[in-house]
Amino acid sequence: MKVSVVKDILSANDQLALQNRQLLDSAGVCVLNLMASPGSGKTSLILRTIDALRGRLRIGVIEGDIASTVDSDRVAAKSVPVVQINTGGQCHLDAPMVQRGLAQLPLTELDVLLIENVGNLICPVDFRLGEDVNVVIASIPEGDDKPYKYPGIFVAVDAVVINKVDLMPYLRFDMTAFRELIAGMNPGVSIFEVSCETGQGIDSWAEWVAKQRSAKLDE
Amino acid sequence: MHELSITQNILNIVVEHAKRAEAQRVRAINLVVGDLTGFVDDSIQFYFDMLSPDTLAEGARLNIQRVPARVCCRSCGEQFSPQDYSWVCPRCSALGGDVLSGREFRVESIEVE
Repeated sequence: MKVSVVKDILSANDQLALQNRQLLDSAGVCVLNLMASPGSGKTSLILRTIDALRGRLRIGVIEGDIASTVDSDRVAAKSVPVVQINTGGQCHLDAPMVQRGLAQLPLTELDVLLIENVGNLICPVDFRLGEDVNVVIASIPEGDDKPYKYPGIFVAVDAVVINKVDLMPYLRFDMTAFRELIAGMNPGVSIFEVSCETGQGIDSWAEWVAKQRSAKLDE
Repeated sequence: MHELSITQNILNIVVEHAKRAEAQRVRAINLVVGDLTGFVDDSIQFYFDMLSPDTLAEGARLNIQRVPARVCCRSCGEQFSPQDYSWVCPRCSALGGDVLSGREFRVESIEVE
């Protein structure tokens, strides 16, 4: 006998993500899910964003890593609320992990929550966390072919941050082709060229983050 | 690694529906998996063999129907499957397009007795 099921396999995660989202909505917190491969500069971008928006928006951070508190220690040094989630081997954050993280944050005292996902361009994109916007960080040393190899993530995000542009003179990276490819795959995506080393481009990125937060309040 | 928790989700869904149908045993599970998701068939099968013993789904056959990525060109409307990592429209050579399919990830049906 054949039994029709037609059930999304990630529905349990999606439901919890929705709960997270409702909790964050009621606290007026705008949430960014930052995804990237290891070493692309996720934590550096978070640190730069905290500095750029200091005194203007209150930022909290969830750090997702397989192990260690290296990242959360760096963020805590900026005196912002931070929670470290160690996934113990799992290659992405999921909604239940974020739910436990949210319980440890003073949500009513936050305007923006930055979630640093586990370094990986593949599965994080399949798991909703309760975020408002999804961002992928690419970096110059990774090469300009990544959207071909990982289309799933590049078509699903609201913004692409291209980090380490200060290395452009030393590496072969066709920025025009890269931007055209992303824009072709994902119309309407916002693209930022930044260097977390020099600070180049951080202001316009931070401005975009602030705009996401005001857009959410206007909803 | 993430296929472990995913496969547990699949098993939960399958067992729940099998119980609802008052089945004695699940013979086959039909999954639909899009090529734009990061899920690997062999890995799902591996964890399924590990997790399914002593459940209604023990020994069930996993049928995985892959759905290729389909993209609609925004310049000329041509629908195509990106080939060899290329998102170039085969008709007008414009780059990329809107994703029509390839993101599916669901339990379609089960066969029980």
